Amino acid sequence: MKMVMQIAVYGMRELLRSRWLLAYAGFLAAATMLLLRFSDTEAKALLSMVNVVLLVVPLTNIVFAAMYLYAAREFVELLLAQPVRRGRLFGGLLLGLTAPIAASSFLGIAVPLAFWGAGGAAFGTGLIVAAAAAVLSLVFSALAAAIVYAVDDRVRGLALALGVWIALAIVYDALVLMAAVHFADYALERPILAAMLLNPVDLARLVLLQQFDTAAMLGYTGAVFTRYFGSLAGMLVAGLAAASWVALPALAGARLFRNKDF
Amino acid sequence: MIELRDIRKRFGALQVLDGVDLAVAPGRVTALVGPNSAGKTTLIKSVLGLTRLDAGTITIGGAPIDRDGRYRERIGYMPQIARYPENLTATDLFAMMRGLRRETGEPDEELIDALQLRGHLEQPLRVLSGGTRQKVNAALAFFFSPDLLILDEPTAGLDPASSGTLKDKILAERRRGRTVVLTSHVMSELDELAEDVAFLIDGRIRYSGPIRDLKRATRQLSLERAVAHVLTEQTARAGTERAGTERAETERAGAA
Repeated sequence: MKMVMQIAVYGMRELLRSRWLLAYAGFLAAATMLLLRFSDTEAKALLSMVNVVLLVVPLTNIVFAAMYLYAAREFVELLLAQPVRRGRLFGGLLLGLTAPIAASSFLGIAVPLAFWGAGGAAFGTGLIVAAAAAVLSLVFSALAAAIVYAVDDRVRGLALALGVWIALAIVYDALVLMAAVHFADYALERPILAAMLLNPVDLARLVLLQQFDTAAMLGYTGAVFTRYFGSLAGMLVAGLAAASWVALPALAGARLFRNKDF
Repeated sequence: MIELRDIRKRFGALQVLDGVDLAVAPGRVTALVGPNSAGKTTLIKSVLGLTRLDAGTITIGGAPIDRDGRYRERIGYMPQIARYPENLTATDLFAMMRGLRRETGEPDEELIDALQLRGHLEQPLRVLSGGTRQKVNAALAFFFSPDLLILDEPTAGLDPASSGTLKDKILAERRRGRTVVLTSHVMSELDELAEDVAFLIDGRIRYSGPIRDLKRATRQLSLERAVAHVLTEQTARAGTERAGTERAETERAGAA
């Protein structure tokens, strides 16, 4: 564990000095601030923020994490020539990468909210949005790690990362929508609920939309979801689904890393 | 010091190492030579555990290498390309390596001074020139006074003065009884530094032993000539074999 932390600390130090991460946090902060300033109500600002989070965070994070890990390839070789176990090196590398990214996602939203927000109940909702952004950061950087150690060629790896983003953020919803229209005569609440749990972006969308009054506009389906996510069991399932979305790609990445030829 | 037995490694359709047997003597400098894509870097990476072998065993100082990686405490490695995290400084890098290796002793900073790196230690590694980064790379390999030094093209990219300094350091470490394995495309340099040579062609060891003996066997004065001699011999033999099969085929065609 000590070795994992040591590697992670240097990774974090490296990232905190990089301009990319600063630019990313700055962008989120600027968007949050502008939306708070120019929206009628804070709830509307946060709802717009939800859309930014669901699109921008997955895309930027998977691309940034993949680029970072590809750039670190030669350095990783040098580290592997030291008396370090591969599993620990991977753990340190991933922690040193994901912790600063997730923290930037969270603080990029939470800090402007604390300064320019009205406080009260909306602040709590805002913190949930920020936390969801942080979880999406973890998911998509873990996915990037799995991709980088599965695909050696960085151009193809980056293309795959983009493909994964398009699939999860756009294509998946289109397919679900098509299915919903096609089978409109059937009771689809449960299959759709299952479909939402299987995609991290949709999972985040569902959990976040439940925080707003607009959830009522989802109609009967929305009511099913609200009842579901309102219950303790639903919360646990959603949490478990999110945790698996971080753990599974991370474990896949670790496995690839351990058996790789550098 | 290092014993390799029947090492095999395939990358896709390419059999890079095809049954390598090699013993590297302790306290000596061994040059690993061979044409491009002969498998030199793959061989080095196998010893370091960077490449997972298909078959074969490697022992270092009698102990087989394992996935634990503790054996690498004894090794100083200088890779061919030095690329570091952009924003770390050389001081950060040395401190990081020290922590990872759990080193507590006095580090060997001789090369930092001899290669005039002092003034660059606090700069981000990104702003250093390629040559200066290569010097950091060299200093790092010697930093923890390892028993075994593995240097992949150590002088590539260095100016003549720095290259000389590094060569002096390698010779000094040899006098201290350290084992060194190095590759280089500059044969005269290997002539100057190495006592033993291991000659890798097409994933097999063609010759290994003292350079002196290789020169005597090929009746050449320099390592470069001796290596060239072995290479042309190899090509000539391959040519004869091919001509032989062609002749056999023509005969068979004629008989039909």
